Amino acid sequence: MALSGLDIYKLLPGGVKPPHPKANCKECGFPTCLAFAMKLAAKQAELSACKYVSDEAKAKLSAAAAPPIRLITLSADGRKVEVGNETVLFRHEKTFYHPTAVLVRVPDTLPAAEIAALAKAVADYKVDYVGMALRLDGLAIEAVSGNAGQFAEAVAAARGACTLPLVLVSEIPEVISAGLAKTAGITPLICAATEANWEAMAKLAKAAKAPLVVRADSLGGLAELTQKLTAAGVEDLVLDPAARGFAGSLQMLTQLRRLALKKNFRPLGYPIIAFPYLGTADPGLETLLAGQQIAKYAGFVVLGRFNPADVYPLLVLRANLFTDPQKPIQVEPGIYPINKPGPDAPVLVTTNFSITYFAVANEMESSGLPAWLLVADAEGMSVLTAWAAGKFDAEKIAKTVKGTGVAEKVSHRKVVIPGHVAVLMGELEEELPGWQIKVGPREAVDLPRYLKTAW
Amino acid sequence: MPVNVEIPVEKWSGSVRLVKLGATAAEGGTRSRSVTIGGETSLPFLGFEGKVPNPPCVAVEVRATNPAEDWPPPLTKAWGAVLGDLAAWTKAAEAAGADLIVLQLTQTDNAGERMNGPKARAALRTVLQATGLPIIVLGAGQAELDNEMLVAVAEEGAGERLVLGPCEEKNYRTIVAAALANGHLVTAKTPMDVNLSKQLTVLVHDMGMPLDRIITDPTTGGLGYGIEYGYSVMERLRLAALQGDNMTQQPMLVTPGEEAWRTKEARAGEGVPAAWGDWEERAINWEAMTAAALIESGAEIVVMRHPVAVARVKQMIAELMKA
Ligand code: B12
Ligand code: SF4
Repeated sequence: MALSGLDIYKLLPGGVKPPHPKANCKECGFPTCLAFAMKLAAKQAELSACKYVSDEAKAKLSAAAAPPIRLITLSADGRKVEVGNETVLFRHEKTFYHPTAVLVRVPDTLPAAEIAALAKAVADYKVDYVGMALRLDGLAIEAVSGNAGQFAEAVAAARGACTLPLVLVSEIPEVISAGLAKTAGITPLICAATEANWEAMAKLAKAAKAPLVVRADSLGGLAELTQKLTAAGVEDLVLDPAARGFAGSLQMLTQLRRLALKKNFRPLGYPIIAFPYLGTADPGLETLLAGQQIAKYAGFVVLGRFNPADVYPLLVLRANLFTDPQKPIQVEPGIYPINKPGPDAPVLVTTNFSITYFAVANEMESSGLPAWLLVADAEGMSVLTAWAAGKFDAEKIAKTVKGTGVAEKVSHRKVVIPGHVAVLMGELEEELPGWQIKVGPREAVDLPRYLKTAW
Repeated sequence: MPVNVEIPVEKWSGSVRLVKLGATAAEGGTRSRSVTIGGETSLPFLGFEGKVPNPPCVAVEVRATNPAEDWPPPLTKAWGAVLGDLAAWTKAAEAAGADLIVLQLTQTDNAGERMNGPKARAALRTVLQATGLPIIVLGAGQAELDNEMLVAVAEEGAGERLVLGPCEEKNYRTIVAAALANGHLVTAKTPMDVNLSKQLTVLVHDMGMPLDRIITDPTTGGLGYGIEYGYSVMERLRLAALQGDNMTQQPMLVTPGEEAWRTKEARAGEGVPAAWGDWEERAINWEAMTAAALIESGAEIVVMRHPVAVARVKQMIAELMKA
């Protein structure tokens, strides 16, 4: 948490007891140490401007400037994931910044060909949601075999088939070491250091310059281990609180997030990894638990299996919760040609809320029917919301029709409005003389059928 | 050297209001048991900082009109023939694990004719006889018709502590009056806004409705279709309730079933990307995930549709209550 101007002042030459001989010397360009402290707190000055700050104070000030939850990066051949750096407990307070990385577990006991196929399927998985490509973030290769040779082969098989970031899962240092031998050039996440193995794991993490998961089943246990590891020089850490079920995970993860953000408790200021398949044997419940962990407060979620019908809703939930509440996802207002429209193609109007626009655009595109889609600037609101807020009224629609110059592109004078705003018909006829206003169906799904019969 | 970490507990001054649905014979109704919701003194399921005395409830939707034409196959298949038989459907819903039954009224009946008071009355009678669970009756979304039907329903179920709704800013007086006269509760529905929700609670309360007979419906969107707005409004309402803001302390009811089953992801089986996965699994996930996210943001009642999604969400609630 950021220090106040007064907190900072207490560390400067004028604020320490007894004061430094140079207190209030003005060399920093400010009249007093206190004035300088205020500017520092407002991030309008740099600490380096004062030559007389003690090393101890410098260390305290830079520690306080560090984010309360450390940013952790995994990378592989161009694809990377970053998690951490979150600043709030609830998305409405600001926003969530780094979407939870969603990974898929790969047991090393699968035949190499299956590992390669699974890795490729996960890497290739891509689903379009309101113009965003939603993807999975990596693989967690687990040494179920406990055998170094077999684990190394599994890692090699996955590496051969994809360029996804990896998590290497084993508590046996020799097994991790064998896996790391196959990940040269990328930054995997090592999982996990425990009370029993942390010294050996620390050495491996340092040598590989890789982040390390810390596993313990209590807050105290986690904090103790992270302190030992940072003292040993491993700073990129991830927490596995080993609370697996719905209730335990929710409580533990909430406590960790609060300690990091509200107490600025450094030993627990790291992202969290969760394994929903360890919390329930039922695949349907696993998906719900993964959803809970995306919402409350995991940085990494490892799924027990790869099933598109589970992955798609999870990635949509993630996209929704990590949207900035201050900025609804929008598209540019304007004219969008769909399926190479000609002069006789229908003209449709909608709003610039992404979900609305893509509901209509996707429906039209897959129907193969040509159309001119006019997108009104409705401040990123859905049809009815914008209508209720006065941002999608007859005047706005008329302005859109005129402003986009669609009249020069078509030979007819007909425009279709969404069925939900049928009430605008009369007013719109007045605003757009010479145009015939047609009321379309309420839902976009019914548009193709409507255009085939009623256009 | 073990490190001692103090568990960060929030001290809340407020709590969610207790609301009791349904009346037993001893209480002047015919329900085999009543159901109490609310009473939480912490954010959802944080047992380390407060009490969660009553689990959230799953209410299952039934209708007097067969929805087979409107509902997609993954949903109609799950219920089968009972969709055309209100009594059988109600029994099946109870067997599927419903804590409460929602009688969702419609604008037309099976013959395509306009519904009306007497028909709604008969539908309620059927449901009352088919189940001993507390009942929520929701209107069809057309003010004039809803007033006619809900007044009839209120009279028919006098003394049962039904929940009638939705009361909306533009249409609440008739429903509230009917509920008051016959010993029922109401839901107050507003479009995803903390202040509007408070205002409507005040308006309904000003008519003489005790606060322990008002449930708030903050409105939600389905997963992928605006759930984040509902989710955040519910989190804000719940935080305000715990901070002691009196008019935000009503238990919350939301309708993930309706929202999820209107999405393309639940409705479309053909011509969709392979990345969407198996239709039935995806559709059930869509409803269950929508409901789960809303429960974790504070819902006390989720109104649902698919029996598999219902069972899954019930299991999740049981797991969360282990706290
Ligand atoms: C999410 C939401 C919000 C969000 C905004 C989201 C956004 N960016 O737009 C928030 C919380 C901010 C919000 C605010 C308000 N909302 Co609001 N909101 C909703 C909600 C729940 C979902 C809307 C949505 O996203 N739908 C999904 C999109 C894809 O739907 P759509 O745009 O209509 O598009 C579909 C069709 O219209 C069609 N379509 C689209 N374009 C076209 C074009 C053609 C040619 C055709 C044929 C079809 C077509 O295809 C799409 C898919 O089928 C609805 C209730 C509901 N469940 O529908 C209420 C709702 C729209 N809101 C409502 C209201 C009143 C408001 C407020 C005025 C409340 C207030 N006083 O604060 C404010 C207004 C905003 C403001 N002043 O800031 C009311 C409107 C009532 C009415 N009929 O007048 C609704 C219906 C809720 C209700 N029942 O009371 N809202
Ligand atoms: S340089 Fe500025 S902050 Fe440093 S001692 Fe002098 S007046 Fe104080």
